[in-house]
Parts: sequence; C-alpha cells; structure tokens
Amino acid sequence: MKVIGIEHIVFVSTVLFFIGIYGFLTRRNMITMLMSIELILNSVCLNFVSFNKFLYHDKLEGVFFTLFIITIAAAEAAVAIAIIINLYRSYKTIDIEEADELKF
Amino acid sequence: MTLDFFRLMYPELSLILIIFTLLIIKIFDLFKQNQSLISFFNAIFNFYFASLLFSININSGELFNGMYISSSKFAFEKLILTSGTLLILLNSAVWLKNHKHLPEFYLLLVSSLLGMQYMISSGNFLMFYLGLELASIPLAALVNFDLEKKKSSEAAMKMILLSAFASGIMLFGISLIYGTSGSLDFDILQTSINANKLNIIALIFIFSGFAFKISAVPFHFWTADVYEGAPFAITAFLSTISKAVIVFVFISVLSPIFNNLQFLWSNLLLIIIPLTIFIANIFALRQRNIKRFIAFSSIAQAGYILLGLSSNNGLGFASSIFFVIIYLLSNIGFFAVVSAVSDSMGKEEIDDYKGFYKNNKKLSWALAISLFSLAGIPPTAGFFGKIFLITAGAATNHILLIAFVALNMVISLFYYLNIVKKVFVDSSQAPLADVKTGLSAKVSLIICLAGIIIIGLNGALLEYITKLINL
Repeated sequence: MKVIGIEHIVFVSTVLFFIGIYGFLTRRNMITMLMSIELILNSVCLNFVSFNKFLYHDKLEGVFFTLFIITIAAAEAAVAIAIIINLYRSYKTIDIEEADELKF
Repeated sequence: MTLDFFRLMYPELSLILIIFTLLIIKIFDLFKQNQSLISFFNAIFNFYFASLLFSININSGELFNGMYISSSKFAFEKLILTSGTLLILLNSAVWLKNHKHLPEFYLLLVSSLLGMQYMISSGNFLMFYLGLELASIPLAALVNFDLEKKKSSEAAMKMILLSAFASGIMLFGISLIYGTSGSLDFDILQTSINANKLNIIALIFIFSGFAFKISAVPFHFWTADVYEGAPFAITAFLSTISKAVIVFVFISVLSPIFNNLQFLWSNLLLIIIPLTIFIANIFALRQRNIKRFIAFSSIAQAGYILLGLSSNNGLGFASSIFFVIIYLLSNIGFFAVVSAVSDSMGKEEIDDYKGFYKNNKKLSWALAISLFSLAGIPPTAGFFGKIFLITAGAATNHILLIAFVALNMVISLFYYLNIVKKVFVDSSQAPLADVKTGLSAKVSLIICLAGIIIIGLNGALLEYITKLINL
C-alpha cells in the first residue's frame, strides 16, 4: 500500500495556491476574489503544517505560524467585507468591473 | 528581564499605551469637540516623539528568544517614521476638524505605525508577518475614511484585496523557506539559505510581495488608484511612511537573509529599476490629477531608492536611508501645500494651479522648493540624495543602468518643473484665492522646508547614518 508522503501534500497545496491565483485574476465578484485569497492562505497553512509534521516534527514553529495565519486571515476578511459593504452602499454592485470611478 | 522588556520595547509599548488611551477616549466619548481632541493627541504624539529622540541610544538587545531585536539603528529608523507621521498629522488638522470619526482615525494610524515598528524590529518571520499585516490592514480602513465618497471606498477595496493577495504570495515564499531550512529565525536563515531551487522560488515569491508594497513596476497598478481615492493625509502617509518602512525592512531583514543569493536578487533589481523609473516617468507626464501625479512620481522615486539598495553595501544602504529622509520631507512639504488648497477650495487638478503665485506668494515658494527637491535641483537636499544614490549604484559597475537612470532624471525634471511653471509663469482668468493654512500646517511646512535646505548644505546626517549602518 502506498503511504501518503510529503510530496503529495505539497503537490495539493501548490495546486491550491495556483487555483487561488487563477481565481483572483479571473473572477470579477469581490467576494469570490476574497475567497481566492483564502485559498492561497489555506495552501500556505497546508504547506506549513505538512513541513512541520514530516520534516521538523521536534519543533512546532510551523503549526504556530498556521494559527497566526488563520487569525489574521479572519481579521483581513472582516475589514475587506466591511469595505465591500461600504462600497455596495454607493455603487449598488459588488462587481469589480462596475466600480470604475478611478481610471488612467 | 522585566526591566529589559520595558527598556528595549519602549517605542512600541508607548504606542500601545496611546492606542488604549484612544480606545478609552472613544468608548467614554471624553472629547466632545474635535478641536480639543486634535490638540490633545498632537501634544501626546509630540511628547512621544521627543521621548524617542532621547531613547535613540538605548542599548541593543533581544527579547523573546530573538523574536524582537532592538538596536540604535532600528531606533533611528523608528524615529524617522514617527517624525514623518507627526508632520502628516500636523498637516491634516484642518481636514480632521470636521470629521465624524476622529478617534478612529488616530487609532488606525497609530496601529499602522505600531505594525511598522514591529516589522523593523522583527527577528523572526512570524513577527515580521504580524507586523506587516498590522501595518497594512488598518491602512486599508484609513483609505476608506472619506466614507461617503465613491472613490474612497473603491480605492480601499483595491488596496485591501491586492495587499492581501501580495501578502499571500509572500507567505507562500516564507513557507517554502521554512520547508528547506526548518526555521524561521533570521539568524539561522542567514547561514542556511543556499542556491537550492526551492529557495530561489521562495526568493522570487517574497520579492514579489516586497515589490508590491514598495510599488515597483510590474506590481504598481494599485498605486495611482489608491492614492487618488484616499484622503490627502492618507495619501501622504502611503507615499512616504509606508514606503520608507519597506526600505528599512529591506536593509535590515531581507538583504542579510538572502545574502547568499545576492547575485540573484541584485539581477532582479537590475531589471526592475529601469522599468520602474521609465514607466513611472512616462505615466507621470500625462497626469492631470495632482494625486495621481504624485503617485507616479513616488513610483519613480522608489526606483531611485532601489538603485541604492541594489548595491548591497553599507554606502548604498546609508544613501538609501538618507534619500528616504529627504524624500519624506519634500513629499510632505508638497502635500502640506496641496492639501491646504484641497481643504479650502476642493481643487485637485494640476491646471487649477495656474497663476497660483498671484494670491499665494509664500505657499508658491514652498511648493517650488519641495518640487525642486523632488526633482533634484542643486541647492536643495534632493540633489545630494540622488548624487549619493547614483554613486552607490555606480559601485555595481552597470554604467548603462546608471546612464539610463540619469537620463530619466531629466525626463522627471520636465513634469516637476511643469507645475512650477504653471504656478509662477502661467496666467489664468480666475487664479486660486488666498489659501488659509492653520498654524500647525504652517509649522510642519516650515520644518519640512528647513529640513530640505539644511540637510542639503550640511553633511552631518549622512555621516551619522553611515556610522549607524556600519555598527
């Protein structure tokens, strides 16, 4: 039976990271873009935890970093959603293409 | 241990104290009038600034197993950031006077400053990341501070989404570094990072995050939009303080960690610098709005600073810090005039400044001196700052790059002097009326102008910085 090793997990996290980048660059809905950022942060968390578990399991630095990333991601999402709500009040939309007051 | 804690972490602890005082003021609604809160806060912040001035020679040391590092170099950098913030606060008193949410403004601004100070003093990637986020999340909220303006919330949305994206990319780089070396401590990383493929990828990811924060060219798209939508005080803060902190962090954190990969990142910078300066200059030429104009000008100035950083030696770093100080003074001086005009008349276009000299003699000269310093014209400090940056860059032996940068300085001369020409030479049917500036704005403007002229004529500051860097 094949054991799930670090390479599988890092593969998953890398794929997750690029899905996040792809989503951020292609989606036009602000909430979906925020979700893409969460995907990127989750891939980072996965990286940290797997590196910690498989390579450096005598210390817990990676796990602690993950805890902080989760907390800060929540704070960031809270501020971002507050800003998006405020934007919705004046634009009546959360489509990024339609919020186009600022242009070259 | 407890005494060490207070002695070394003194700048941050006082900021935390200020934050809690503001919270209490907010909760119990202690100041009914904005005016008295403004003067109260400015007094506190002045006091804080003065105490930092005296604490600059605190002994160096570390706390929390090397998580937090303190030295006189870092104390000096924190002093620069604090003084810049103080000048901006003095400038923005008129705008703040009628604002509904004054305590929150100070709260967010001080939190952002706190994050920057932690970022400078960090000795571990965890601390660094926390500082970075503490510096950038409140800034996004501050950009949205003109709550009812459409532009302001759009700018804030762009800023929070893109800065979260950039820090996500940077974090991915950090996680790869953790994977290869098993540690997040800067001391250990300095020796354990080598030219391994994973490390190179990590370096590119981390540098992308940095280039975003300093708005170097492939990642500069957010700058103009955010600067235009933000209130003037925040635009000034973004274009000076939050750039300065990235330069300081680059000097004290990034360049020692990636010292073994120096060939790689200095080559990356060699591509980024000419692109940054050239594209920013081209775009600055065609701007009509004064905030967008200053955004592109600040991107170009960031390119000059990167030139000093690319040399990766003490002289280059010292001249970068020296230039950051000059840039901070000239830019804040420029903003003092422009925000006074915007506060009293609501004019933000460059063409509105035609014939400005007719009714505002003193402000016109102040504007001209700041613009001369930004452009780098001899009697002002900007000239000397750029000379030292170019000399430091010349040490890398890339003569073509230096020539290209020097040529671009000539292009930049055109758009800076264009404003000076509009102010002094052009006439207009209805020139702007006499602009009233508050006392505090006058004080800050005088400090900026005196700084621009004195630093240019006296070389003591650069010597002092060189001494600090080589410690």
